[in-house]
Amino acid sequence: MQTLFDRIWSAHVVQELADGVALLYVDLHLVHEVTSPQAFAGLRREGRKVRRPERTLATVDHNVPTSDRSVPIADPVSARQVDALDTNARDFGIELFGLTSPGQGIVHVIGPELGATQPGTVIVCGDSHTSTHGAFGAFALGIGTSEVEHVLATQCLVLSKPRNLEARITGSRAPGVTAKDLILALIGKIGTAGATGHVIEYTGDAIRALSMEERMTVCNMSIEAGARAGVIAPDDVTFAYLKGRPRAPAGEAWRNAVERWRTFRSDPGVTYDTHVILDASRIGPQVTWGTTPGMVADITGRVPDPAKLPTENEREAATRALEYMGLKPGTPLEGIPIDRVFVGSCTNARIEDLRAAANVVRGKHVSTRVRAMVVPGSQRVKAQAEQEGLDRVFRDAGFEWRNAGCSMCLGMNADVLGAGERCAATSNRNFEGRQGRGGRTHLMSPVMAAAAAIEGRLVDVRGW
Amino acid sequence: MVTPFVRHRGKVVALPRANVDTDQIIPKQFLKGVERVGFGSSLFYDWRANPDFELNRPAAQGATILVTGPNFGCGSSREHAVWALAQYGFRAIIAPSFADIFLANCYRNGVLPVSLPASDVEVLIRNAASGSYELVVDLETQLVSDDSGVSVAFSADPYGRQLLLRGLDEIGRTLLEEASIAAYEQTHGMGSPSPAGRGGQGVRP
Ligand code: SF4
Repeated sequence: MQTLFDRIWSAHVVQELADGVALLYVDLHLVHEVTSPQAFAGLRREGRKVRRPERTLATVDHNVPTSDRSVPIADPVSARQVDALDTNARDFGIELFGLTSPGQGIVHVIGPELGATQPGTVIVCGDSHTSTHGAFGAFALGIGTSEVEHVLATQCLVLSKPRNLEARITGSRAPGVTAKDLILALIGKIGTAGATGHVIEYTGDAIRALSMEERMTVCNMSIEAGARAGVIAPDDVTFAYLKGRPRAPAGEAWRNAVERWRTFRSDPGVTYDTHVILDASRIGPQVTWGTTPGMVADITGRVPDPAKLPTENEREAATRALEYMGLKPGTPLEGIPIDRVFVGSCTNARIEDLRAAANVVRGKHVSTRVRAMVVPGSQRVKAQAEQEGLDRVFRDAGFEWRNAGCSMCLGMNADVLGAGERCAATSNRNFEGRQGRGGRTHLMSPVMAAAAAIEGRLVDVRGW
Repeated sequence: MVTPFVRHRGKVVALPRANVDTDQIIPKQFLKGVERVGFGSSLFYDWRANPDFELNRPAAQGATILVTGPNFGCGSSREHAVWALAQYGFRAIIAPSFADIFLANCYRNGVLPVSLPASDVEVLIRNAASGSYELVVDLETQLVSDDSGVSVAFSADPYGRQLLLRGLDEIGRTLLEEASIAAYEQTHGMGSPSPAGRGGQGVRP
């Protein structure tokens, strides 16, 4: 008996190197400007080539401005890194979705959008949120730069086989409760190291009911639970999403592919190494109050009292977090005033996310105390949104409408929080300083962030 | 080529915090470079602005072994975090647990991650408070010990251990498997659609 992940693993073992350690074949390698320059430099130094340029796709996302693309990048250091990827892609024969390409975008948004992300494959990228692609039933994991170089040179990765964790999410979500809330609640339950060394397979009717984009939101944050990857078994929802995309197979090849993809599932009754069960009907909209994604609560809840937490580690961490966040124990989460709103990132900047947020703000106006921005996940998402008139809805409501990139998810470009600024963000990390030194991040769903923008404070979107 | 690690004796500094993420170890503004060097001075950049920060204390100067809390290195895959730790001078990091990607990055940069039970880590953290505490970390025998009789066994990842003990060129080693890789591509490559194909408006050289 095998799990979905076991199946993908065994189909990709090129060679067993030691007990549980294998040389694994990589079907798709995604590359971006920040974690690749040193890898390409290594290849050059050793006189090595990229083994399978046709299985490698590159884009610029982390370190690019989201402002006007017709002018050069103002920051010379950022510009040099973006130029380096241009040169490396050209020299090593890799396809690049560059800054002015209509296909440019966050690497985890464009892979699926192109149909390059496919079930049953192994996908890697020098980025921890590569877990996103697991939504298609791929084993997709983040790697470091030395491993990027290794994959470029050999099209393989050396890996110890992770264990299997089943996260079964049952029941149906209440209106206003999103995929983001499911994954935040799960991380709150098992902790930021709860899935270390494991691949999480998300199962249960609440998962089956999700759209592809929602599944990506869930798998995206697997890494925030410490997991090596997240997977969801491919089904008709997956195939419908992929059909007709530029890199998806067509005609006879499509029919063969779907037949093969259907075999990528866990055997009924297979045993996982670890289990966790969550009832979606008991989850409300989630908001983080601290400096890890696991420091999260229902919007109807309060900032916890560190003294009442069970372990010394938790008490110490929560005390530090509340000090950094400028919050007092017992404060109701609903009502906390905010200064900034960021709708963006590989977690929540696909077209469905923008539609949902636009529906909340349509005809209303952003609070005078708030600066709010929407950063679409890709230029294609942006174009689609503009075709649907969503840009007008956001602009009329007082949002800035930007070009695609990681932007204020990690603040490598000019989009950053000032010290002490409090932000309602749809991204995935609320670490200290992540969005700007001294910035305070509250993670939530796009509809919650949109409602917060209008009110100027955290609100429960359900009663709104 | 991985810097070999066999046995190291060095001064210990304690950072008793849980979930130290790679955004803290090396903040994003230092990721814009295209080189592998120059990260040591940016290690824990934001925290080091505070004069009381553990690494700023006079007693911490010259430390080469970091003892810290669980889930060290969580978050971003940035290998820059390990480059910063290594270039600052750390050869070994001792913690109850590490994040997976960080662990893989350590083994490839000559930094030894040592997982010990939380109770043992607490003892080391207490001992390090004296300011002149030294440990010996031996990867051959997989033992952490000090001069006053503390001796704790650990088990390193077998593959990572070989990388470090022998200072392997991992890519060079894998390239020796060319025949297996080519055979895999022969049998599997045909069946699976190549991800890079038609359409999508990327620029292909
Ligand atoms: S949007 Fe954020 S999390 Fe996603 S790839 Fe970019 S920086 Fe990483």
